[in-house]
Amino acid sequence: MSEPNLTATAALIALDAAEAPRTLPNFSLNRAPFEIRALKSGFLTALTWIAALLASVPLFSVIYMLVIEGGSRLDWEALTALPPSAFEQGGGFGNAIVGTLVMVGLATVISVPIGIFAAIYLAILDPDSRLAHSVRFLSKALTGFPSILAGVFVYAVLVVIMKTYSALAGGVALAVLMLPTVVLAAEQAMMMVPKKMKDAAFGMGCTRAQVIWKVVLPTGAPGILTGVMLAIAGAAGNSAPLLFTALFSGYYLTSLTEPTASLAILIFNFSGMPYDNQIELAWAASLVLVLVVLVFNILARIIGRQKH
Amino acid sequence: MASHHFDNVDRSGSVSGPPSAGDYAFDRGFRGIAWLSAAFILALVVYIVIEIGGKALPAFSEYGLGFLTSTTWNVQTGQFGILPEIWGTLYSSLLALILGGVFGVVIAIFLTQDFLHGHLAAIFRAIIELLAAIPSVVYGLWGLYVLIPLLRPVANWLHEHLGGVPLFGTSLGGPGLGPAALVLAIMILPTVASISVDALHQVPYKVKEAAYGMGTTRWEAILKVMLPTAGSGILAALVLGFGRALGETMALAMLIGNSNQISLSLFSPANTLAALLASSFPEAGPVEVRALMYAALVLLAITLIVNAIGLAVMKFATRKFEAER
Repeated sequence: MSEPNLTATAALIALDAAEAPRTLPNFSLNRAPFEIRALKSGFLTALTWIAALLASVPLFSVIYMLVIEGGSRLDWEALTALPPSAFEQGGGFGNAIVGTLVMVGLATVISVPIGIFAAIYLAILDPDSRLAHSVRFLSKALTGFPSILAGVFVYAVLVVIMKTYSALAGGVALAVLMLPTVVLAAEQAMMMVPKKMKDAAFGMGCTRAQVIWKVVLPTGAPGILTGVMLAIAGAAGNSAPLLFTALFSGYYLTSLTEPTASLAILIFNFSGMPYDNQIELAWAASLVLVLVVLVFNILARIIGRQKH
Repeated sequence: MASHHFDNVDRSGSVSGPPSAGDYAFDRGFRGIAWLSAAFILALVVYIVIEIGGKALPAFSEYGLGFLTSTTWNVQTGQFGILPEIWGTLYSSLLALILGGVFGVVIAIFLTQDFLHGHLAAIFRAIIELLAAIPSVVYGLWGLYVLIPLLRPVANWLHEHLGGVPLFGTSLGGPGLGPAALVLAIMILPTVASISVDALHQVPYKVKEAAYGMGTTRWEAILKVMLPTAGSGILAALVLGFGRALGETMALAMLIGNSNQISLSLFSPANTLAALLASSFPEAGPVEVRALMYAALVLLAITLIVNAIGLAVMKFATRKFEAER
């Protein structure tokens, strides 16, 4: 609203006030920056700015440490060599990179098809059935599920029966954690597909499977992929369930049914050791791990943005 | 009549025509797989609960409810109790919730109430989301080598000068509850912030305009109109953040000191259920594994209850606005 307009309104109100028998409180439309209310508001605004800046300090501190401590040690040897033993110098975490990639890949292969099909059921086939409601609720509950319990579960189901820690068990544990993220993101993406498009396809005589396969999935693909990328990023950084499903190994992976190294467990093991060499490697491994997680996060953002 | 028309359709061309028998079979199979996948998730959750519950049963019948109130964890004598872990889990999560909750809600306000221009707000939101993307072990490492050395002089000064206050009753030797809770607060901040942002976005725009139209200052509008209106959504954010804190494992296992004691002091080492599982499980014998399964069941029960409450509050909050529209 422009200023003359404001004064006009004020004048009208003043005219009204003059005519009315009782007088309105004497107010003006000028700003009163030193009134208590305004000062209070300004003070809280300043506090908010300080809080917001404080909250970003940890992120920058973590990134700074990763680049300085991890970057100084990150070389070809670190990326390819095997982990050093206690007093050994040098070494690296090549087997842990391979182990992480294999287990996250395994988890993706298991969780993505199941997650997307379940989301198809939830979003399109029968959104209001009792099964859909309970699966939706359980998926949301599973996102808050402590990751270590996925490890306990897979230990009880797979490790005890196979009698060995394995990459397979680690992959399954990560899949349990990825599943709810994939389901909820894919459901959301498919619900966003305009009803018009589905109706048009049905109108042409498509079966439900054809509508989903040829219209809903391609249209919802960016959203679904964003969810998958975020789930992968989460799984790559997650270590608690690997503690007693994949355990750790000092060697490169040769089969899926043997204990397997992962970056997260390597960081966990090395961080508590009293040797500088191991601690430096833990920082370098952290840098690699954060980069892997960031790549998937950024991919998710790029794919997600194309939607608009 | 209609079927008669379809009978005359030439099916040799692939461009048009009613669905063939193959199409129908594909449709049936496709829907079957979708139903199976959905049912699989239901079955998986039931199986997880049954499996952990079943493995915990022997320990439950052996130690009974005394397991929850006993404070010793001794593998040699076969005495197991998790009261210190339950205490540590709740205490550290509560501290994290107070700190992370306040910061999370403030940041949600900062992001939604026109403090920043759209572009800057998007950048800041990305920074907060990146906080959530950093893996737990990396926070643990950062806590060990950055946060604890930074906190130690402060903590020991507080202990020397205010040692009478139970919160500062001990000095900070190395790992302890304080640094663990601080890292936990950083980790739940993005959860609280993002759910609160959604809650604040759900408040109809006209509500805010009405408040400003009455001549409120920005903070009067926020404190007296926006926060109460988004209240249940923000409550849900806090409860879900609390749930996340309860189950957080790796950073805590690295920072809390894994010590079986109950203390109010912020600087004494403590333990949590998740950290107990992480540190004891890999090397546990069969007897200890049974006790750990019981501890896992307790953790599962606590987090399921907290998350269910959080989701219920969130559903209530969303429904409130749907009804208004």
